Amino acid sequence: MRFVDEFRDSDKARALAAKITGLCEPGRQYKLMEVCGGHTHTIYKHGLEDYLPEQITLVHGPGCPVCVIPMGRVDDAMALAAEPDVIMTSFGDMMRVPGSNGSFFDAKARGTDIRMIYSPLDALKIARQNPDRRVVFMAIGFETTAPSTAMTVLRAASAGLTNFSIFCNHVTIIPAIKAILDSPDLRLDGFIGPGHVSTVIGCRPYEFIARDYGKPVVVAGFEPLDILQSIYMLMLQLSRGQSVVENQYSRVVPWNGNLTALKAIGQTMELRPYFEWRGLGFISQSALKVRESYAAFDAELIFQVPGVRVADPKACQCGEVLKGVLKPWECKVFGTACTPETPIGTCMVSPEGACAAYYNYGRLTRTRVKEAIRS
Amino acid sequence: MTGWVDRALAEAASMQDEAIEQHERRGSPQPAPGTVREELVLERIDRTRRARPRVREDRITMSHGAGGKATQSLIEAIFLDAFRNPLLEPLEDGASLNIGDARVALTTDSYVVSPLFFPGGDIGDLAVNGTVNDLSMTGATPLYLTAGFILEEGFSVEDLSRIVASMAAAARQAGVQIVTGDTKVVQKGKADGCYINTAGVGLIPLDANLGVANARPGDSIIVSGPVGDHGVTIMLARGELDLEADITSDTAPLNGLVETLLRSTTGVRAMRDATRGGVATILNEIAKAADVGVQVSEDAIPVRAPVRGAAELLGIDPMYVACEGRMVVVVDGDVADRALQVLRAHPAGAEAAIIGRVVDQPAGIVQLRTAFGGTRIVDLLVGDPLPRIC
Repeated sequence: MRFVDEFRDSDKARALAAKITGLCEPGRQYKLMEVCGGHTHTIYKHGLEDYLPEQITLVHGPGCPVCVIPMGRVDDAMALAAEPDVIMTSFGDMMRVPGSNGSFFDAKARGTDIRMIYSPLDALKIARQNPDRRVVFMAIGFETTAPSTAMTVLRAASAGLTNFSIFCNHVTIIPAIKAILDSPDLRLDGFIGPGHVSTVIGCRPYEFIARDYGKPVVVAGFEPLDILQSIYMLMLQLSRGQSVVENQYSRVVPWNGNLTALKAIGQTMELRPYFEWRGLGFISQSALKVRESYAAFDAELIFQVPGVRVADPKACQCGEVLKGVLKPWECKVFGTACTPETPIGTCMVSPEGACAAYYNYGRLTRTRVKEAIRS
Repeated sequence: MTGWVDRALAEAASMQDEAIEQHERRGSPQPAPGTVREELVLERIDRTRRARPRVREDRITMSHGAGGKATQSLIEAIFLDAFRNPLLEPLEDGASLNIGDARVALTTDSYVVSPLFFPGGDIGDLAVNGTVNDLSMTGATPLYLTAGFILEEGFSVEDLSRIVASMAAAARQAGVQIVTGDTKVVQKGKADGCYINTAGVGLIPLDANLGVANARPGDSIIVSGPVGDHGVTIMLARGELDLEADITSDTAPLNGLVETLLRSTTGVRAMRDATRGGVATILNEIAKAADVGVQVSEDAIPVRAPVRGAAELLGIDPMYVACEGRMVVVVDGDVADRALQVLRAHPAGAEAAIIGRVVDQPAGIVQLRTAFGGTRIVDLLVGDPLPRIC
């Protein structure tokens, strides 16, 4: 398949891997964070770590949209969905995320009208087809998905729809990266930058990481060779003592981002003073809410939202996993009390969550992999 | 407020104890001192996975019907527990019964596909083929089928006639007869047009001994054709994705193919048709039932370009997508090439391929050599594959 197979070429991978190994200084350990959950997914799905020398550790970052939604927000969404005339619409990823009282899937089984959709525009369609119901879209995601939510609000406004609103949980990536950089318990050598977010915000917002924190950043695509090449580019910078922002994903990411998308976000949404992130706590100016001029589409204003903060379960160490402090298997409940079947933490829910990726794809140590290849 | 977390923790702890007890009773060795910590965690997970499954949900969710882990838990914890007997216990596609001097295969299946008509078939031929295939997988020659209809008030008689005509045609093609049936009509809104339940009876040759528990290291694994056609066709036919592709369902009877294979090859250990949960689920069933490892190679698994394309766009893996005319065959490694030739010589197996092999370790785990050249495991899904959001 074009545009896919050429980015999964194992000969090229072997050649790159040899170059990466050649750049490792003897005795030095490297920790590189892939910020985006999509990257985590690719790394595990293709078994990319098999190519890396033991000196390089990939640390999984916070860029998993579903993983960072705190339990209280899930409860709020469930309360919205339970309103008698509401149809709640949600992306598939969100359906299994547990709140205090089960997930959307559980609520659906209890009779709540929750529908899985593939695009927020599908929610608009449902709103048009059901004029006597109120349709709410559970809006989640980073800058990647915010533009499509924004466009949906704009379309709803221009069509004069009065039975459609969004429950806005959009978050922004930069404050999360900053929180990780300022966290005392983690020493990182560089960042594999989020590719899809960057199609919207461009590469400039990462410059502070290179300039103020002295860490190289390479914005990367989502095929396994993209990631391997980005690791090579990071290692090259590190070997030269450089720290700059580079764009490996230039076939998709414009350096200045997508101004039309940014404008749509700016027109319909504004920064919240602060927002709670699962595991990372409250981070100021890290999330978006619906702008006052579009208040008619803001579910938080239309409905009574409980807004009760729910502490993460004590046993759950998603926060540490999201910050990259713990590897998924180092969490105390990983794979026993917390499994994809009965997740306690969000990282076990989304295929982009580090715990789910490791559980579903990576439950083999490098030693076992080597044995398997030998046999 | 989060009492469910405490319950999950307590349950995991008790499952651990139960699993450790079983482990010790079997006399399995404890991990050697000095094993790296990650290994220990993996062993702990392995033990948890071998513990008796439980259904924690208060209510049935869609996941319970998707063919993955949730379905297995439901079957093992609810149905098997209540009905337990040696004939049911292997949980094969059909039961193998000794009646007088004969060995009889018996199976049942229900069909609720939406839409009822889709490119390449409809609920009618799907029902006949599905039941014929379940019988064939036991090594039986399918003979007689039943047909039960649950119809929704208001359903079009013309559509019903179309469905029944295609059932009749499928039965003729497979050489089976539909010999008894049942009809129920429910009020509008209580069903989705038309549901069909079938049962099937077939005769098993006296010397046949097929079952996934027979798999042993050194065996080869063959898939009889490209995977995922049916599932992707249905997803696209629902029209929710606004995608179009030149693809049709692979629904087809496999009895002819199976008969040819069994007639010309000895050393066939097991066959399963890769319906819900796809090939990945079958491979896991083999690994679990025979307590062996399974190694497959992504490059070797045949997938048609439109299926691959649609699956890439949706972020799902074709290995989990349902087929309705494909089977996975476990065969003695020494005769694998011969079996492959036989399959390929038959129209229903023209694109068959050897996709992997059975190994000793790690037991219970399906390993995939990715096309990219890495290694990963292939686990059961919890429920339906969920499209990723970005």
